[in-house]
Amino acid sequence: MTDLVEQDAAAVTPSPAPSTAPKSRLRSEAFARRLRARHAAERRFRLAGAAAVALAALILVLLLGSIVAKGASAFLEARIRLEVTLDPAEVADRNYTALLRRALYAQFPQVTDRAGKRVLNDLLSSGAPYELEAMVAKNPALAGTTQTIWVRADDQIDQLVKGAYRRDLPESERGLGDAKIAAADALLASGALAQGFNTTLFTAGDSREPEQAGIGGAIAGSLLTLLVTMALSVPTGIAAAVYLEEFAARNRWTDLIEVNINNLAAVPSIIFGLLGLAVFLGFFGMPRSAPLVGGLVMALMTLPVIIIASRVALKAVPPSIREAALGIGASPLQTVLHHVLPLAMPGILTGTIIGMARALGETAPLLMIGMVAFIVDIPHGLTDSATVLPVQIYMWADSPERAFTERTSAAILILLGVLILLNGVAVILRKIFERRW
Amino acid sequence: MQLTLLALILTLLTVIGFLIGRSRAAASVGGRVAELHSVPSYHGVYVALWAGLPALLLFLAWTASEGWLAMQLVLSALPERLTTGDGQSVALLKADILNLARDISTGREPDPLVAEAARRYAAFRDLADWSLLAVGASLAVAGLAWGRHRIGPDLRARPVVERVVRVVLVLCSLVAILTTVGIVLSLLFEALRFFTVVSPLDFLFGTHWSPQMAMRADQVGSSGSFGAIPLFAGTLLITVIAMAVAVPVGLMAAIYMSEYAGRGVRTWLKPALEILAGIPTVVYGFFAALTMAPFVRSVGEALGLDVSSESALAAGIVMGVMIIPFVSSLSDDVINAVPQSLRDGSYGLGATKSETIRQVVLPAALPGIVAAVMLAVSRAIGETMIVTMASGLTANLTANPLQAVTTVTTQIATLLVGDQEFDSPKTLSAFGLGLVLFLVTLCLNMVALRVVRTYREKYD
Repeated sequence: MTDLVEQDAAAVTPSPAPSTAPKSRLRSEAFARRLRARHAAERRFRLAGAAAVALAALILVLLLGSIVAKGASAFLEARIRLEVTLDPAEVADRNYTALLRRALYAQFPQVTDRAGKRVLNDLLSSGAPYELEAMVAKNPALAGTTQTIWVRADDQIDQLVKGAYRRDLPESERGLGDAKIAAADALLASGALAQGFNTTLFTAGDSREPEQAGIGGAIAGSLLTLLVTMALSVPTGIAAAVYLEEFAARNRWTDLIEVNINNLAAVPSIIFGLLGLAVFLGFFGMPRSAPLVGGLVMALMTLPVIIIASRVALKAVPPSIREAALGIGASPLQTVLHHVLPLAMPGILTGTIIGMARALGETAPLLMIGMVAFIVDIPHGLTDSATVLPVQIYMWADSPERAFTERTSAAILILLGVLILLNGVAVILRKIFERRW
Repeated sequence: MQLTLLALILTLLTVIGFLIGRSRAAASVGGRVAELHSVPSYHGVYVALWAGLPALLLFLAWTASEGWLAMQLVLSALPERLTTGDGQSVALLKADILNLARDISTGREPDPLVAEAARRYAAFRDLADWSLLAVGASLAVAGLAWGRHRIGPDLRARPVVERVVRVVLVLCSLVAILTTVGIVLSLLFEALRFFTVVSPLDFLFGTHWSPQMAMRADQVGSSGSFGAIPLFAGTLLITVIAMAVAVPVGLMAAIYMSEYAGRGVRTWLKPALEILAGIPTVVYGFFAALTMAPFVRSVGEALGLDVSSESALAAGIVMGVMIIPFVSSLSDDVINAVPQSLRDGSYGLGATKSETIRQVVLPAALPGIVAAVMLAVSRAIGETMIVTMASGLTANLTANPLQAVTTVTTQIATLLVGDQEFDSPKTLSAFGLGLVLFLVTLCLNMVALRVVRTYREKYD
């Protein structure tokens, strides 16, 4: 097809008038001028097309580039090394904050005043005592010993280490005090402040403190929601497509269903959110913020996508397959289940993966059904309160802290990574199983 | 817990039923399977259906009604002073009972009567779940026994099974219809409740939008006015900006890809555009709010213009970018559907490639392209995340793209996020807006899809 077009193009590109032609209007100055103008117009048009494509590609690069630039640093986090003496009395009182602070003060013997100590206190994440507590809870034998541990630094220190604060600005405009910078520099110089791979980002739930916030909860929520979506929309969608394509008579009723499905595929996603709010929450009284409801709404939303893709895949199976099966005595249902459906499966699978990728990235309908709540715990069941990755991105994007911008971008990178992976799998499946009849 | 157990038991019995049915069918003819009416596995499915289906139906009906029934029982035992009153106080009472029954603190010391009711409610639910487990399991066993009893050489198992499968298929295809009905009904119902408070004329033609309702009668400044014209204007403005970006770029990209680009270029470009199409809208929203808006603002300031930090321009441009792949892939299909003979005819007359495209291919593809643009407009109108994150919340009636405007979808999202009561006009107005949004996009989609359909038939 392409080759044909190009051949044609070569054949019809106006060549200079044949030399054998008599001197005529074709050789006239006006003709040559017109021809030049037409060729220039041709080049301009082609250039405009290339420019449009280049613009789209440029924007893609810009978008991905800006997010990578903002988010790549979030995969590292600053940690502070402390020599903590786990005084049994304090451990019994669970006074881990005091233990950590004492260890930190020991690194700064020159600091004795309250203000100085307060600066030091702020170097540590407010979640650091919990890290220590978890460590001791896992191994109670640690009480009474002295341990070298690395605990999370505060998000401002984290950002300072990553160079987000401009040191040349005056203190009042910088948003971070000179005293803290000096303390952090001292720790850096002694090697007691260093960056390591950020596991918190992947394992923790949401938090108001950027350094303790992670997408673990959101990923669990996304998985649960997607599970419900998949369990509901895939079988229903394939069954509906099989019925419409293989069994249903062509009449008004099936026409109506078809028009309806096509329209449903183009309904704004937020409308599905309103449906979920009014019907699932309002009418059936299902719990707010639950992956179950989110999955239901997403299932209704992806259903038309899956039906349309499955119908296309079923339509591509040639009638001869059906005729052969029917001819050796298979029933219509056996024909479809044993022969047509297996042959259409790669196409259906591709459509399903694309539908799931769309559901995974969808945000708006979930805002309506309350999956936008601030949830610290990682959800374990279908009715636990949960949020999903895109909604987490939406919530973090609103947070003023600099460190949240970084984490938002990192969450976007992870989401995009998963989506590109899913789409890549779909493309590869299509390539492997594509069959020309 | 009981429900999980029941699900496990049902699955197990279904599997057992299948195995029993299959082997018994074969045994009933002494292993000469050809003497059976249906192949043994259909007998297996037959028994499995008898074991699973009645119990499943019972399970669905039971779980649908159990909560309601339990609540009615508990409420009827409460003294009248608690259960009579307006809808709100009863709803509150029900919510309290539910929360207490699930051991969720309601934040205040519960009335001992209510606490007692909650205990009874929980006890009833527990009892009901256990009896469902017992009844469901015995029903499944009975079904299995009955199905097994029916099996014999003469049983026409396949037609029965196929009829059931057929019914399931039809039901599945009805889900799409039910979804549409659900959308229409829920929007209409809630919107009608809204229109009993606010007249539809005030809503559709009012020019002042401030949905904040006064909590007390004497409160100043939040009267709640629901004139949606500023929202429609804002939506229109952002849509126009988005289209100004998406239509030329998308169309030219489609023309380039289908008419000019070689196979090598296309194998790279198509996936790139697909990636652009696959990026979640929340990512575009983040890009619009954190990269595009400051950029537009600084460019505007460099030119000496007063640009809002939530300008319609930034949101519109990013939305246009989002729609580029949509426009280009639809137009690509349409342009490819134009028969080669039309191009050949044009080339034969000596037209250059661009002349052919502009004067032959595009006019021939015009209906399809118009339809594609309409679908794109409907996408832009319904898009939520970009505008929620990058455009303003205050309803400005302005045509200046440098100012902040708000859109229908932004308002729906913000009105319904967070704490809400179900019958305040503020919440209900979101459904009014949703109804308008649904109708407008539906009209656009219907017309566009019809055009695409007739167009496709014309050249097929």
